[in-house]
Amino acid sequence: MTVTLAQALNSALHDAMTDDDRVLVLGEDVGRLGGVFRITDGLRDTFGVRRCFDTPLAESGIIGTAIGLAMYGFRPVPELQFDGFSYPAFEQIVSHLAKLRNRSRGTLRLPVTIRIPYGGGIGAVEHHSESPETYWVHTAGLKVVTPATPQDGYSLLREAIASDDPVVFLEPKRRYWSRGEAELPARTEPMHRAVVRRPGRDVSVLCYGPMLATALEAAEAAEARGWSLEVVDLRSLSPLDTDTITASVRRTGRAVVVHEAPRTLGMGAEVAARIQEAAFYHLEAPVLRVTGFDTPYPAAMLEEYWLPDVDRLLDAVERSLTY
Amino acid sequence: MVDEREPASGDPHRRGRRTAEELLPADELVQLLDADGVRHEHPRYTAEVGDDALRELYRWMNVVRAVDRESIHLQRQGQLGVYASGLGQEAAQVGSASALADADWVFPSYRELGVGMVRGVDPVRLLHLNRGTWLADHDPHEHGFAPPSIPIGTQALHAVGFALGALFDGAPIVAVTYLGDGATSEGDTHEALTFAGVMGAPVVFFVQNNQYAISVPVEEQTAAPTLAHKGVGYGIPAVRVDGNDVLGTYAVTREAVDRARAGEGPTLIEAVTYRREAHTTSDDADRYRPREEVEAAEARDPILRMARYLRANDLLDDAAEREVQDAAARLAGEVRARLYDAPHGDPRELFSHVYVDPTGHFEEQAALLERELGERGQAPR
Ligand SMILES: Cc1ncc(C[n+]2csc(CCOP(=O)(O)OP(=O)(O)O)c2C)c(N)n1
Repeated sequence: MTVTLAQALNSALHDAMTDDDRVLVLGEDVGRLGGVFRITDGLRDTFGVRRCFDTPLAESGIIGTAIGLAMYGFRPVPELQFDGFSYPAFEQIVSHLAKLRNRSRGTLRLPVTIRIPYGGGIGAVEHHSESPETYWVHTAGLKVVTPATPQDGYSLLREAIASDDPVVFLEPKRRYWSRGEAELPARTEPMHRAVVRRPGRDVSVLCYGPMLATALEAAEAAEARGWSLEVVDLRSLSPLDTDTITASVRRTGRAVVVHEAPRTLGMGAEVAARIQEAAFYHLEAPVLRVTGFDTPYPAAMLEEYWLPDVDRLLDAVERSLTY
Repeated sequence: MVDEREPASGDPHRRGRRTAEELLPADELVQLLDADGVRHEHPRYTAEVGDDALRELYRWMNVVRAVDRESIHLQRQGQLGVYASGLGQEAAQVGSASALADADWVFPSYRELGVGMVRGVDPVRLLHLNRGTWLADHDPHEHGFAPPSIPIGTQALHAVGFALGALFDGAPIVAVTYLGDGATSEGDTHEALTFAGVMGAPVVFFVQNNQYAISVPVEEQTAAPTLAHKGVGYGIPAVRVDGNDVLGTYAVTREAVDRARAGEGPTLIEAVTYRREAHTTSDDADRYRPREEVEAAEARDPILRMARYLRANDLLDDAAEREVQDAAARLAGEVRARLYDAPHGDPRELFSHVYVDPTGHFEEQAALLERELGERGQAPR
């Protein structure tokens, strides 16, 4: 069966709500409209207005309320409409959602899954194309997950909702409509594992979310040039599956990390640091980063110059191979 | 009663709208007990409490004050890092907390030792926050008392969410959040009031207007006529009460909680009181307010007026007063002794409570700490 990532996410929400009546969906326009990306389509009709409800337009309110609902015993799945509008909720996420369990010496549970469509490539106006993942990864107490395929969209979202820990669930919005083979309900590798999407011999390409498709395309193109790329999908950004990453780099001896987010202190910095700590003697070349620029996300007509693409990735691969 | 809520304009959680006239708070403070200890009738709010309950309110205020004073001493002696006193706010805290049911939940800030004690939380466990043993220690589920929230105003949203949980669940549980006057300026307070109003959450916003947010007086906090008037903008009924009147704070809270339980939604309470100590033990209040102002507030003392009232009605004599003071002093002494003897935090606990499932997070760092502890020859306590 081929499904889109959007359909898989919608099915995951539907099935999670069917299996557990403590699962609630809340956010801006998630009810009647089914979400601006239609990920919550039909949930209000199926489960009623108490289980899938529109909130007033206030992101801190959405997350703070979700925290209270979780303290009561529900499993809220709040949606923040766009990456750039997660910032108003920053304090609730960082100061409370992430810390309340630790603060209460383990007596409180915060099973909240925050869904955030993120990343660029859709020709949007400002604030609709950001990659804020490292803010969440840098915050102890959160798990941060991002699916890149429909299979994973379903499986990771189910696992995130079932998790007793708070999860920031980042959905690569430009891949919402990408189709993939998926048998739903799907159960893929556990949430905290990275996965080798394409085995290869020469260079490990470490990527996640929207960049998996780019990396796979690059691997295809690289083959024509005689380069064999191993593509690793990180899936979980916190925790980071260092074992799978370093095992790949030990095989290939070279690593290129790819993400849309700006370079400085992006995931690439952390991945590169871990690789050199764990696999220093296996490295044939420095770990390279292929990222967005350290500038604000640009206007839509310029995003193709900003976003990492196959060419920028292959250029880095070549630099690694010829180092 | 949950199912009686009518979907209005398609929104399931909203009740019929109240008019501005219905929402406008009265200019006069609700006051059932004045500074001279004279009791007054109020057409709407009555504190129907028996003699024992009156004595109990009095006892609690004294106990809370004794532990509060002891906490300041403990800070001066280096046993607590910092402490935020509730001196002068005992009636606001004890009166409101006494109006709650066991199953209700409180979402406090850092100044609510008195509320916590009335909820049955061991004050020593609350003071571990100030001592730095743990970030918080008590079990919130046991007492319906959330860990004190330090980021101003943020806990109001948790109360709203919790109250919605009770509403969805059909459980007769009310959430009460405690806020300072400064907190009413925070965005989260605004969002909490907005959500609560729209969704009819069974929640009470109990604002202790103690006149200052650290050094900033309430006049500089808002241009609204009073903090209670803010309720109008959210469609939330509000009431101003003399926060030094334990019968008044009890009565208005009781009424708000009862209405919330009956499905009538949120209430905003402004309890007008005065913070007689500095903001915390680290603060120097002489830099921003005259001593005379504090002295004037002492004349409005909540405990004094209750003592006058009880004595005038033969509910308190010298012997009973001594008993109250002795019991308060005894408890304060116990708190002191137990804090002096309390253990230090265990460094191994750094990793214990961050996640329910920590797989993949801390293996390496926990091993590093273990090695460091070994090198220090430090066994966990
Ligand atoms: C979000 C946030 N900003 C600033 C502070 C620092 N701070 C601690 S207490 C306080 C004043 C709070 O005043 P109020 O809400 O009136 O409560 P009170 O301390 O008088 O009880 C400030 C500014 C904080 N804790 N949280």
